[in-house]
Amino acid sequence: MNRLVLMSVGMVDPDMLGCVAEAAARQFGVDVVCEPDPLDPAPAWDQRRLQYSSSLILRQVAECSPPDHSKMLAMTEVDLFIPMLSFIYGQAQLGGSAAIVSLARLRQEFYGFPAEADLLRERARKEALHELGHTFGLVHCADVGCVMALATNIRQVDIKSESFCHVCRALLGEAGLSKAEQGTYSNHEESMGNPDR
Amino acid sequence: MKSQWEILIVDDEEVMCESLAAWLREDGYRVDTAFSGRQALELAGHSDYAIYFIDLKMPGGMDGIETMMNVRKLRADASVIIITAYATVDTAITAMKEGAQEYIVKPCNPEEISLLVTRIIKVKNLQRENALLRKRLEGQYRFQDLISKSPQMQKVFHLAEEVASLRSTVLIRGDSGTGKELVARAIHNSGDRAAGPFVAVSCAALAETLLESELFGHEKGAFTGAVSQKKGKFELAGGGTLFLDEVGEISPKVQVDLLRVLQERAFYRVGVSEEVKVDVRVIAATNKDLEREVREGRFREDLYYRLNVIEIALPPLRERRQDIPLLVAHFLEKIAPEIGREAPEVSDGAMRLLVDHDWPGNVRELENAVERAMVTCRDQVLTEESFAFLLRSNGSPWRVPPDMTLQDLEKQAILAALERTRGNIKEAAANLGIDRSTLYEKIKRYEIPREPHN
Repeated sequence: MNRLVLMSVGMVDPDMLGCVAEAAARQFGVDVVCEPDPLDPAPAWDQRRLQYSSSLILRQVAECSPPDHSKMLAMTEVDLFIPMLSFIYGQAQLGGSAAIVSLARLRQEFYGFPAEADLLRERARKEALHELGHTFGLVHCADVGCVMALATNIRQVDIKSESFCHVCRALLGEAGLSKAEQGTYSNHEESMGNPDR
Repeated sequence: MKSQWEILIVDDEEVMCESLAAWLREDGYRVDTAFSGRQALELAGHSDYAIYFIDLKMPGGMDGIETMMNVRKLRADASVIIITAYATVDTAITAMKEGAQEYIVKPCNPEEISLLVTRIIKVKNLQRENALLRKRLEGQYRFQDLISKSPQMQKVFHLAEEVASLRSTVLIRGDSGTGKELVARAIHNSGDRAAGPFVAVSCAALAETLLESELFGHEKGAFTGAVSQKKGKFELAGGGTLFLDEVGEISPKVQVDLLRVLQERAFYRVGVSEEVKVDVRVIAATNKDLEREVREGRFREDLYYRLNVIEIALPPLRERRQDIPLLVAHFLEKIAPEIGREAPEVSDGAMRLLVDHDWPGNVRELENAVERAMVTCRDQVLTEESFAFLLRSNGSPWRVPPDMTLQDLEKQAILAALERTRGNIKEAAANLGIDRSTLYEKIKRYEIPREPHN
């Protein structure tokens, strides 16, 4: 894998996408390109739950995957769920190509606090790296400081760092990733070459 | 460590199964899904899932509770978490009553489900570790049917293991009830002869002529009462091991014959001049001071050296008191199914009493005491009271007549035991805490009539 395609589901602040793209390029050493056209989350709306089905959106994102085995990361402002759980921060195909992160519950406003742009960006980077880690086959890490640690509440998101522990990093190496800090992030609006779109 | 555990999710809604499976896989578990109770049972037949998430309401055939009950029949130690969309007290109570470990209402908080799974897996990890350690410990303290952690007995285990594959004669020494026959059997079972027979003869139990024919067999008409040809123990033990218990008791005549077999690996049946070749490993045992017997001319020196090629000495139980709790636990587990009850616990006080007791009859006496306490006390905990009979026999309040010798005392005890058991040697020996061959020897020595109760 030498490329990560970053896309939005619904409208997402381009600065937020840029911030996540830079972090991914730095951590995974891959080239990141941004897909200009957002996906419409409407078909995944669940009237009973008043949330969006993460599984349905993830399937849609995976279908956008270009044939060059690039990873797909979707960012969204909508609140996501899976049937068993009341919400999720994100979801990924373990060892697959697609991942999604919701910003809805990463915002301080969700918990009744004033907005904090820097904190939101930090949380978004952590969750994006976490879900991408899953696409490279990483499972949750017992090291609470590692970005692959499981977070089921916002406090746990804040506790972990934005980097991989040495074990997870070694596993990423085994998954064929080159050393970090080699990737680039370009915000050009090139075609993804997917004939289906 | 997580990935070794498998989870099965059972729900007729595919999206529900797959999304929860994906979420749990990210946690490192191996997760399968089943869309019906029937499919779940098929999978449960092949894989040992640690946790089952089962949806309460499934259309057609088996519902969640029924699926759970069938799963638990197949996998009694599996943990079941019942999932339902609507919480009612009744369904929760039914689910828990039928054996569900947890009951969750969907959708639930990710934190709740994560804690739930972590908690169950933590217990399962501890259970597995416990079983593993128990097994390892048992292996360390066990050699065949022998159990001990005492350094002396550990040496015995090593020696027994080393000599198991040899053909050399072994002499096992130790007081009554220390497990001489068990060591002999352990040597036999760990060596190349394990597939062959293990034949035990108590030399003290038989008169000279009978022992001779017992060991070597006889031809029809060889002596009065020899109505047919009989194979001796040496022949019966061919390819295996012959265990000669109380070898110090054999007569000078049989000593000569035995020496000859050990030297020539051949013998004559009583009343036959034809030699019989035999491939037998001899293990002998005695509680006598054989060196003294040799010095005093009652035991042949050449036979002593033939028998004493490898010597294994078993310490009396009072010299390895640290084994008592281990042995008590073993006997509780062993005896419980024999008498149709669950193994009880032993109170600290009772265990102190057992550890402090002198055990003249050694391990056999301990086993008898545990059995007696289990039979007479049906409570789930054996207390000092359950072993009160040991105190009575230990610190006896009755007076010994001034002219009574120790031998008189022993004779009286034997007579009393035979009286109580109406001449049943096995029972009397058990009550006295000695083995049958020792009792026979003492009956012979004290010239006690065989049926004193008559």
